[in-house]
Amino acid sequence: MLLSNIKENQTARIVHIGGNGALRRRILEMGILKGSEIYVEKYAPLKDPIELIVKGYHVSLRVKEAAQITVDNVK
Amino acid sequence: MHQKRLSIALAGNPNSGKTTIFNNMTGTRQKVGNWPGVTVEKKEGNVKKFGYDLKIIDLPGTYSLTPFTIEEIIARDFVLEERPDVVIDIIDASNLERSLYLATQFREIDCKVLFALNMADVSRSRGFKIDGKKLSELLDVPVVFTVGNKNQGMDTLLEKAIELAESSYEIPQKRRVKYSKDIENSISSLKSFLENWTEGSIPYSNRWTAIKLLEDDKIVKKRVLNKAGENSREILQQAQIHRDFLVDRFDDDPEIVMTGERYGFIAGIIKEVLTTSTKQRIDISRNIDLLLTNRFLGFPIFIFFIWAMFQLTFSLGAYPMEWIDMGVNFVSKSLAHVLPNNLFKDFLLDGVIAGVGSVAIFLPNILILFFCIAIFEDTGYMSRAAFLMDKIMHLIGLHGKSFIPMLMGFGCNVPAIMASRTLESEKDRTLTILITPFMSCSAKLPVYIVLAGAFFGARAGTVIFGIYLAGIILSIVTGRLFRSTLLRGADAPFVMELPPYRAPMIKSLLIHMWDRSKIFLKKMGGVILAGSVVVWILSAFPHNISYSLDYNSEIAKIKASYNAEIETAHKSDKKLLAKKRDGDVAELIKLKKAEKAENSFMGRIGKVLAPVFAPIGIDWRGSIALLTGFVAKEIVVSTMGILYAADETDDSAALKNALLSSGMTPLGALAMMVFVLLYMPCLATVAAIRRETGSFKWMIFSVVYSTSLAWSVAFCIYQGGTILAA
Repeated sequence: MLLSNIKENQTARIVHIGGNGALRRRILEMGILKGSEIYVEKYAPLKDPIELIVKGYHVSLRVKEAAQITVDNVK
Repeated sequence: MHQKRLSIALAGNPNSGKTTIFNNMTGTRQKVGNWPGVTVEKKEGNVKKFGYDLKIIDLPGTYSLTPFTIEEIIARDFVLEERPDVVIDIIDASNLERSLYLATQFREIDCKVLFALNMADVSRSRGFKIDGKKLSELLDVPVVFTVGNKNQGMDTLLEKAIELAESSYEIPQKRRVKYSKDIENSISSLKSFLENWTEGSIPYSNRWTAIKLLEDDKIVKKRVLNKAGENSREILQQAQIHRDFLVDRFDDDPEIVMTGERYGFIAGIIKEVLTTSTKQRIDISRNIDLLLTNRFLGFPIFIFFIWAMFQLTFSLGAYPMEWIDMGVNFVSKSLAHVLPNNLFKDFLLDGVIAGVGSVAIFLPNILILFFCIAIFEDTGYMSRAAFLMDKIMHLIGLHGKSFIPMLMGFGCNVPAIMASRTLESEKDRTLTILITPFMSCSAKLPVYIVLAGAFFGARAGTVIFGIYLAGIILSIVTGRLFRSTLLRGADAPFVMELPPYRAPMIKSLLIHMWDRSKIFLKKMGGVILAGSVVVWILSAFPHNISYSLDYNSEIAKIKASYNAEIETAHKSDKKLLAKKRDGDVAELIKLKKAEKAENSFMGRIGKVLAPVFAPIGIDWRGSIALLTGFVAKEIVVSTMGILYAADETDDSAALKNALLSSGMTPLGALAMMVFVLLYMPCLATVAAIRRETGSFKWMIFSVVYSTSLAWSVAFCIYQGGTILAA
């Protein structure tokens, strides 16, 4: 399942981060890593970007970027 | 006594409270400039403390030291090349895990580093307990707790920093990030290879260089090539072999694997030093966001805030602007009485004082706007605004934050372009600066009002609205065009932190506001002043024009003949005759002024350029008016007033009548409005573009692009309209 398909107020565990180059590394460096728990706080009013909580802080990703992240264990 | 100098660099994540600590340490003794060659702000401050002369450098806020963004390159290069005596890494204690990612990288560089666990109070209130002693032990780094916004722990921090700088502290070999076995093997084998082959020609720690080579760090590779001489190829080859091995082993790039392992290492530290109490407190910040980024209320509230900022900047700013204007007028008038009538007086009054006035007049706008922006940034609302607007701005290929500078453009382009500083990516910033001038600024409105009012009557409002809309559409077109050509790629990833809301500190807001205004006065004031003087010279010279008519004697003659008539006239006619006399004299003065303007250098240039403007339906008088508009757009109206010889009354009806009888058509008026909307920005804006892009190239590009676009669009409208009408 992709992170971009997760609904608001759901938690998931990251399985894989796709994409390439600088963006992929930047996502990892912000602590969005394989195995991390990620919580979907909310979607922006125009449905893009998404606000996420990871490692106890809030971060936003565009839907396009979130679609590169595979998750499981959705709760 | 000569005091010992030490340099201290402040590093840390954005929103870690780094700037507050910098402000606490340096107060108002700050020097704001740019890092060489780029437009990233550089702040420095000198402080005398504990018998030392401390130079404190505020590095750009970064999440990492990988050279992806210009900020990261600057921060890393400063530590590597300038070698500050100590680096203080400011860590948001309430966000320890992610903050330690940057911290471990400083640890790896092997510089003298000190951790400041900032916002210790917030961290405590959120139920976190950090064992500072343990953290210090585990990473072998001094740790100090601070509360930046309460000015707590600053002295201890500086004391510890000096202590560390003066210690003969040997960089310990252990207690830094340990990677998995295969990676460690590659690192140590590459490290010993470097030791043997470089003979110390690379001024960085060998372990660090080895790690960076395995990560395929382009900048470090280039430095190795430059510094290690003939052995460099050998070294890079060796690095590639190890890299290939690791790629094969992990089925992923080593830098990705190592990023994961660093976080693994950090997780281990967190387990030992951080205890979270179970009591769940209400997260105020999240509650605020329930409202401010709410699906339905988010936009109305955002629009209200922006509206309030706009009102404050331009409506509240109008009062001090008026005072400045009155002050300048007062000085000018007083001097006019005192000084003898000569060329120097004209130069002083119309050139210099008017020029100083045109710089000072922007100051209220800039002060208020940057005060508002500082509030947005310091509270954390700025990133929410970007969060809300990103979808829309992304259509133009821009970041959500570009919205604010573009919107401010409707007021005045000068502060708007300066507001683009809030954008992190240089390409985003350049693109925003290039399209902001298409947001029709308030100084252009009088031009539209006169032209649309004269030629479109009741439909004037619709026409003006259409002009504004055209500006927005063309900015979108331009944005997309440049994004896919000149400023391609690096579509900045939107991995943006939404930091917790914080109460802003008035001191920090004031420093922020004052820094911007200083930049404006110092760096742009001079250019604007010089430009105004040049334009004055062009419109005032040549001084001795041979008029087609001896206006002065003609005026004297008319006065004399009327006065004689008044003497003999009946009492009731006297008033009427006096009125008639004044009217005739005014008519002559008007004609004289028009002739003077026509014969000035500016007028001659306008006439030379007239053939260029003819195809877009603008006559030579319009051309001159447009040229003088380079000083400030509102001048277009007053120049038209002089050239079309309108009566000198305050209401614009006179000019409208003069325009209607000048042979200008509605189509020509429309073409002229579009031209005014799009053509080169005013002098002050051009100076701002030069300053904020850091390059003449972009400044010239902006002038040429906007003027060509203006001409082309006006051409299409005028010629197309003419054909359609035929």
